[in-house]
Amino acid sequence: MDMTVAKKKLGLKERYAVMTRGLDWTPSYQKMEDIYPYIAYEGIKIHDWDKWEDPFRLTMDAYWKYQAEKERKLYSVLDAFTQNNGHLNVTDARYLNTVKLFLSGISPLEYVAHRGFAHAGRQFPGPGPRVACLMQSLDEIRHAQTQVHAVSNYNKYYNGMHDFHHAHDRVWFLSVPKSFFDDAITAGPFEFMVSIGFSFEYVLTNLLFVPFVSGAAYNGDMAAMTFGFSAQSDEARHMTLGLEVIKFILEQDPDNVPIVQRWIDKWTWRGYRVLTLVAMMMDYMLPKRTMSWKESWEIYFEENGGALFKDLARYGIKMPQCAEQIALEKDHLSHQAWSTFYNYAAAANFHTWMPDEDEMEWLSAKYPNSFDKLYRPRYEFWREQAAKGNRFYNKTLPMLCQTCQIPMIFTEPGDPTKICYREVDYKGDKYHFCSDHCKAIFEHEPEKYVQAWLPVHQIYQGNCFPEGTDPTVEGFDPLAAVLKYYNLEHGRDNLDFDVSEDKKNFAEWRGQATKNI
Amino acid sequence: MSTVFLALQTNEETRPIIEAILQDNPSAVVDEQPAMVKINADGRLVVRRQTIEELTGRDYDLQELQVNMITMSGNLDQTDDEITLFWKA
Repeated sequence: MDMTVAKKKLGLKERYAVMTRGLDWTPSYQKMEDIYPYIAYEGIKIHDWDKWEDPFRLTMDAYWKYQAEKERKLYSVLDAFTQNNGHLNVTDARYLNTVKLFLSGISPLEYVAHRGFAHAGRQFPGPGPRVACLMQSLDEIRHAQTQVHAVSNYNKYYNGMHDFHHAHDRVWFLSVPKSFFDDAITAGPFEFMVSIGFSFEYVLTNLLFVPFVSGAAYNGDMAAMTFGFSAQSDEARHMTLGLEVIKFILEQDPDNVPIVQRWIDKWTWRGYRVLTLVAMMMDYMLPKRTMSWKESWEIYFEENGGALFKDLARYGIKMPQCAEQIALEKDHLSHQAWSTFYNYAAAANFHTWMPDEDEMEWLSAKYPNSFDKLYRPRYEFWREQAAKGNRFYNKTLPMLCQTCQIPMIFTEPGDPTKICYREVDYKGDKYHFCSDHCKAIFEHEPEKYVQAWLPVHQIYQGNCFPEGTDPTVEGFDPLAAVLKYYNLEHGRDNLDFDVSEDKKNFAEWRGQATKNI
Repeated sequence: MSTVFLALQTNEETRPIIEAILQDNPSAVVDEQPAMVKINADGRLVVRRQTIEELTGRDYDLQELQVNMITMSGNLDQTDDEITLFWKA
């Protein structure tokens, strides 16, 4: 009797070849340079696009299958979360400010990343990177949507999250993450891949997602932990894409090496500056800490990034120079950032506070070289003043760095008692910088960075008040007008946690959940 | 040799996978963190389909790992039978 032998399925490598390169074709009646107009101007030389291969060898059919599985898992957890009043299970209501920071600062970037990868993928003549970019573009819009869905459950109960996208485009400090990504998507497709795919995803993403997600897990936030892990499960693929793209570019032509090195230097620094917000979140905003910013930098950048750059040395790529300055800043970054937000808490979309005694102890144990000497005395003074009814909210506007858009709060490398200022004269105007690295980035592309939309300049120019505002009337309160423009309510969405509605409501609701009233 | 690592979500699906990884990689060290298991190894780490199948008693497609992966470090190569993470230097 004849046996029907099932036709053997294709192996992973064959399936990948069939479903990527096998679907590509060579155009016959249009010129390549018309179809891919942005591929040459950055100076990157590619000789053989087929040399690029996704090491996961993921094809679209498998992609849909596993992504659907992730979505089912995520949404069943979110259902359980809402059915069980999950918002009352977080350690302490201060934690919610982490969620506000994430939703207004990071989630909108996921959406921009979606657009960026769709655009970059379209520009690459090779089917391998094109398919990988398509997947990442879909991942990123999924992240934006699932984060908004997950956090919407908090928005039902707590303040400051009601108009996060509006805030992202306007609130002063949110121009830091926003301009970072705008800078990346307005670069060419290769620079975009090195900036986001490699420098951000491979070198820095562990510093953003791993602390945030373990922070959520430590602080009883099941919703954020789940969307975090669901997004993070795509991240391993993004990191792989970033690393493969860079190896591919470097292997194609030795002329590519100096161009790529410049991009790595630039984007490692740009990304690190954005992570200032994460540093502050880890050391100050999580009621139950996971690890300090300094520890996380040491594990994920110094150790892991060190291994990466050692591996890339065979192409002639070096560890970015800025790593030296970052090492000097790691004892200071989060403290300088939190001090700034404490000062400007009247103009932010989340609440601030001074660390309590236990938290001060934790900080001095984690930062033995800097905390007790430089930052604890400052906090004790502020705490004392607040107790006397003199809580000071700074209402004047700070000078911003033209490149990273962070207020000029950072100190000189090696001298934490002196603010670092750099400036450049360009075409009759003076531009200010927080560091040598931000200054060097500007000097290489001044025509790009002179266009920066700096929130402080815009406020002074009268562009951040609601339409019809007359700033010349007597008693005009500029901060009140700016908050209206931000769609934030003074006394509800801003100021200290201690006087907030969030604190009061959380305590009452948690009380109701454990008592019979 | 530099450290490579793979981090997986802590759940029922990953339990036998972690066990398989530890069986197949003598230098692997487990670092348990909240809701996450990070496996560090010296220079090279292999996830073998066959070992997972032996431990779970069912067919396993290594691409299923996509669902539970958190992060990793190192160059990667995946075939039907193995996922390998490695540094060349």
